Amino acid sequence: MTHIATPVETGARTVRQRRARRLGSQLSVTVFAGALCFLFILPLIYMLSASLSDPAMASVPDKPLWPAIEEMVDYTDPSTGRVSHLVVYDVPELGGDWALLERKIDAPSTFVNPTTGEIKTATVNTFGLKPLWKFYVTFDNFTSAWNQIEPNYVSLFKNTLIIAIFGTIGATLSAIIVAYGFARFRIPGRDGLFLVLIGTIMLPFQVVLIPQFILFHAIGWTPSLLPLIVPHYFANAYNVFLLRQYFLTLPRELDEAAMMDGASPFRVLTSVIIPQSWPAIIAVVLFHFFFAWNDFLGPLIYTTGNEDLWPIAVGLQTFNTTYRNAGAPTTIQAGALISLIVPVAIFFVAQRVFMRGVVISGVEK
Amino acid sequence: MGNATMAIVQDTDVLTTAAPKRRLTMSQRESAWGLFFLSPWLIGLALFTAIPMIVSFALSFTDFNLLTPGSTKFVGIDNYLRMFSDRATTDSFLVTVKFAVLGVPLTIFLALGIAILVNQRLLIGKRVFRTFFFMPVQIPLVASTIIWIDFLNGQTGWLKFILEGIAHPLGSLISVVPGLGGVGTEFQNYLAPDWFNSTTWAVPGLVLIGVWGIGNMMLIFLAGLQAVPTELYEAARVDGAGPWSQFLHVTLPMISPVFFYNLLLNIIGAAQYFTQVYVIAGPLGNPDHQTFVYNLNLYNEAWTYNHMGYGCALAWLMFVIILGISVALFRTSARWVFYAGGDR
Repeated sequence: MTHIATPVETGARTVRQRRARRLGSQLSVTVFAGALCFLFILPLIYMLSASLSDPAMASVPDKPLWPAIEEMVDYTDPSTGRVSHLVVYDVPELGGDWALLERKIDAPSTFVNPTTGEIKTATVNTFGLKPLWKFYVTFDNFTSAWNQIEPNYVSLFKNTLIIAIFGTIGATLSAIIVAYGFARFRIPGRDGLFLVLIGTIMLPFQVVLIPQFILFHAIGWTPSLLPLIVPHYFANAYNVFLLRQYFLTLPRELDEAAMMDGASPFRVLTSVIIPQSWPAIIAVVLFHFFFAWNDFLGPLIYTTGNEDLWPIAVGLQTFNTTYRNAGAPTTIQAGALISLIVPVAIFFVAQRVFMRGVVISGVEK
Repeated sequence: MGNATMAIVQDTDVLTTAAPKRRLTMSQRESAWGLFFLSPWLIGLALFTAIPMIVSFALSFTDFNLLTPGSTKFVGIDNYLRMFSDRATTDSFLVTVKFAVLGVPLTIFLALGIAILVNQRLLIGKRVFRTFFFMPVQIPLVASTIIWIDFLNGQTGWLKFILEGIAHPLGSLISVVPGLGGVGTEFQNYLAPDWFNSTTWAVPGLVLIGVWGIGNMMLIFLAGLQAVPTELYEAARVDGAGPWSQFLHVTLPMISPVFFYNLLLNIIGAAQYFTQVYVIAGPLGNPDHQTFVYNLNLYNEAWTYNHMGYGCALAWLMFVIILGISVALFRTSARWVFYAGGDR
């Protein structure tokens, strides 16, 4: 009997041991990834903390990392009745927290006990004392960023949305049409044309930047938003590539059945291809929307000289250069935060479609 | 009689050639429709790529200036010769090379490492991790650059606190070891760099920001890793291959096409680097031109100084260099890129 029991018992123990070991390695991998991920998003936490911090505290050394201000207390002088606003320090020489009433160098300084009002003097290097910090959040940075940015956020967002929305409509429609042409029609020299299309992905845009600028200048489109919108109505290689790869995976039988029923190629596109391709189309929509929100060099070149045309990228950059030397990084961080709320919110809502789109366009080569 | 024979001949004619004739018109119609659908791209290609390229090439041999286009003169290869004697251009070229040499390998291997991590069988919450590692790419570039300017600030930036917070206690620990007191003190006195105000650390600072943008590469590597057939790993295990050997002999060859794609796009991206450095360092590439990348120079020449002919020449030089690197990569790719199926 014991002979049978022993292997069963050890078997059970090894299974449990193995499960425990697996859980251990799962935990260590996850903790490692968590630490790395935390480092990765730390700059964002910094931005959040800075933009909620009191701007006056930004330059105080040894300020804690969370939004905080120095602990203060109001002290009324019993003889004169004057009220003073005092910073509370941790004073080891007096044992505990004391508010600094009068600072003296090379002589005893005067301190007040913040709770009892007791007065004591001590010879302390008052500049070496550590203030007490308390958690304090302010939204002042957001109001000052909102009020200070040139020309103003409403105009910046309006221009950004005009560029993004009209550009996205053009980029998406044209990419769908062109991708359909590449995916479904036998055209002499199609493979060569497709290679040219891929080649334009690798073409540095700087090569065509100056002549394009001269062209738009010649037809009177500078400064204006048109050069940032109109070229996107002529299909971007990246989007065409993504959609074509997707269209190629769709079965042809449905197209052919629709053709048999007398549908025109245009009809096939709108009622057969597009309804099956929403994930890829939404990916293209998102790509272009984010591209437009991000683009900096284009707006920099085409909107200089007219700040009423600036999109958020140019406005924020100017805001940064203007206020960086004037001090408060807290205001600039708040300004940056205001500008990224919309794209980050869209990303979190649509991240799955988005990330799949990156993969389709990157791997299928 | 004659008519009858004619009719018969015509009849057979119809029988034998009707079908192919019909197909011909159908394929013609097909290519007409196809060209119709391609036409937006073809028109755009001519209008915004092909013609501008020709114009740009032509202008690169002139002293074209937008303010006085009438007085444009043909200057031969002067613009190209000027690049070699123009300190701003040679320096900016070297800054971009330095940025690429530091940044490209680091970001590629980091993207691969993180892709492997978020593909780990043992990792709990893979999808959440993938989203967070990818997210920084989606933050508008100017905003994310501004975050980094202050995050790396030499007095109040958090990276300073992290680096010194690690180095100082480490120094105290090291000083306890007999004979290592000197090293310990050095760690205890460690001062984190003031990245974008330091001539030494400005370019590494840019590279650090680049690390934040590895999301796309990571996802593409991830998809490559997931496409490796599991049977290959099983076969390798049967042959006694450990994890490292599996990585070296199965994973790496299988993802080499993806690696190639990422490498190529990353190099092109490094050559075109502009926005971040413009926001951080301004059009002059502060401090002391240490971050004066190639495109800052191009931007200044073409738009600040209005030397558009020279600007075109600079753009063409960049294009030729990128083309050269791409061709060289494609040539060597036969030796290190493995295409499964071998049909390429």
